[in-house]
Amino acid sequence: MSIDISVAAPATSVEGRSPAQLAWSRIKSDRTAWVSGVVVLFFVLLGAISPIFQRIMHLSPDQFSPETLDENMGAMPIGPFGGMSTAHWLGVEPRTGRDVFLRFVFGARTSLSIALIATIVATIIGVLIGLLSGFFGGKIDQFFSRLMEIVLAFPSILFALAITPVLESVLQDAGLPIGNPTRIPVMIFVIATFGWPYIARIVRGQVISMREREFVDAARALGASRAHLVFKQILPNLWAPILVTVALNIPTFITTEAALTFLGAGVIEPTSDWGAMLLASVPFYSVDPMYTAIPGFALFFLVLAFNLFGDSVRDALDPKSSR
Amino acid sequence: MFRYLVRRIVGGVLVLGIVSAVVFGLFFVLPADPARLACGKSCTPELMAQIRHSLEIDQPVQVQYARFIKGIFKGRTYLKGTEAEIQCAAPCLGYSFRTNELVTDLLKDRAPATLSIAFGASILWLLIGLASGIISALKRGTWIDKASQGVALAGASLQIYFVGLILQFILVDKLQWLHSPGYVSPFDDPKEWAMEMALPWLTLAFLLSAIYARLTRAGMLEVMSEDYIRTARAKGLSSRRINFKHVLRGAITPIVTVFGLDLGSLLGGAVITEYVFNIPGLGRLATDAVSTVDLPVIIGTVLLAAVFIVVANLIVDFVYMFLDPKVRLS
Repeated sequence: MSIDISVAAPATSVEGRSPAQLAWSRIKSDRTAWVSGVVVLFFVLLGAISPIFQRIMHLSPDQFSPETLDENMGAMPIGPFGGMSTAHWLGVEPRTGRDVFLRFVFGARTSLSIALIATIVATIIGVLIGLLSGFFGGKIDQFFSRLMEIVLAFPSILFALAITPVLESVLQDAGLPIGNPTRIPVMIFVIATFGWPYIARIVRGQVISMREREFVDAARALGASRAHLVFKQILPNLWAPILVTVALNIPTFITTEAALTFLGAGVIEPTSDWGAMLLASVPFYSVDPMYTAIPGFALFFLVLAFNLFGDSVRDALDPKSSR
Repeated sequence: MFRYLVRRIVGGVLVLGIVSAVVFGLFFVLPADPARLACGKSCTPELMAQIRHSLEIDQPVQVQYARFIKGIFKGRTYLKGTEAEIQCAAPCLGYSFRTNELVTDLLKDRAPATLSIAFGASILWLLIGLASGIISALKRGTWIDKASQGVALAGASLQIYFVGLILQFILVDKLQWLHSPGYVSPFDDPKEWAMEMALPWLTLAFLLSAIYARLTRAGMLEVMSEDYIRTARAKGLSSRRINFKHVLRGAITPIVTVFGLDLGSLLGGAVITEYVFNIPGLGRLATDAVSTVDLPVIIGTVLLAAVFIVVANLIVDFVYMFLDPKVRLS
């Protein structure tokens, strides 16, 4: 009789997992992350495939349909819930009879695109300035810190409203056509201008805590250039906080975009946009509540989903959280 | 400490100087003709020439800016030597050719409505936010906590321009509990003032208290796990004393910061709120000025709002020093 002294092999071998794999496994087991992620994807998809709906419905989002309106009732939609029917799934717009569903999906496209591009621009500026500021310190850091202080002292919405016509006239003088081709770049510029300091501040703090670490010292001792230290050594370690800020910035920028359009400094008719839909619905909110509710609730669910998703990403990327 | 105060104040004034230069410069340096912008659609050549002269566009921009700044401290006179001479006493922020009024008069005229919104709403959201945050933290994990967290999350994701319309539909149009939002002076008719202000107060309080509830709850839970709380408990202090004297005190600093900054930016004009509810405050003045391209009023409102933000920042810093001994030492 022999004694088996070998240790029972574990059923699955223990593998080393990268932080990204750890985060992914956390996200996968997080129900909130799943639900909110699916909601976000749903809206993104809706916006992305909006031209397909246009094909299916043989309608354009800008097409007037006076036959769907009751001329005797102040051109309000005929039928229940703002004129919902098989032809117009979410009803029609009062006064014009434009299809609300099409305006809604095309609006998702406009709102999300502007917010996403603004996020990318703000993130690039914020990360670059945060890296420079944190890595070099001294005069450079002082300069950028003052700059952030000044940007944050601007009443952003008010200033955005005021600056929009001015910037627009500059772009028009430079040869861009009047209307959305100048308006949308101006919006992106304005949103990014007031958005980057938040990202820069976080990146700066992270860089400061990282620049004296051993691995950076080691690279420095090996004679690495400053560009190599900043972009190859430090930046790859910052993707977690950057990703979290991006995830939480997108909903803020979506609402800023909607607010600017709502206040009249945004996307111009007939291009559809959720902020514009809400603005257009104000005179009718008590007679045709559906028209207000559709973009309003969509904006709410999208922002809520983004916020929840951002929180989940943060929890998943935080090595200290143990869920 | 005194030196720190002085340094912060000087810094704040410098920031305001730069903000004013940027606002001023952008409108006057950029290629768009400010006289054309100020003159608007119903412009006659005579009016244009008059505006051009009185805006002093023939002068270099630094001279214009210097006169603007001098006007703030010493006052200035527009259309000097003509019949239509306009005296603008210090602090002079300019003259609106659209409304034929001094910018300072317009601001004074609109400030009470914005002040009413800001103070009423801030008291309400601070009370609601703190109360629900404290209850959440003390009853962690119960249904009360979950419900209040859910409301907070919803509030943080909703927009004034949507919630405002819903609440107006329910509370004003259907139930008729509140009056249509607007502004009457509280000195003339305090009851009507409150009835018309109630809707903006409630809307802002609902949305903003969410952030305070989350901050309070998170802060209190963090402090509760500190060793000194266990010590206090071991000493035999009553839980009421522990919760309010120690835990809340330890969690209050971030709330003070956010509150100061929120109040500061709201005082400069509750732009969206005033727009949605059509209340004649500073924010509405600014949005109207933007739509009619009334440059002097735009500059005035932006500058005033920046003053509120900078001053709020300063006050927050000072309050911090009293609340947090660590800040005082460094």
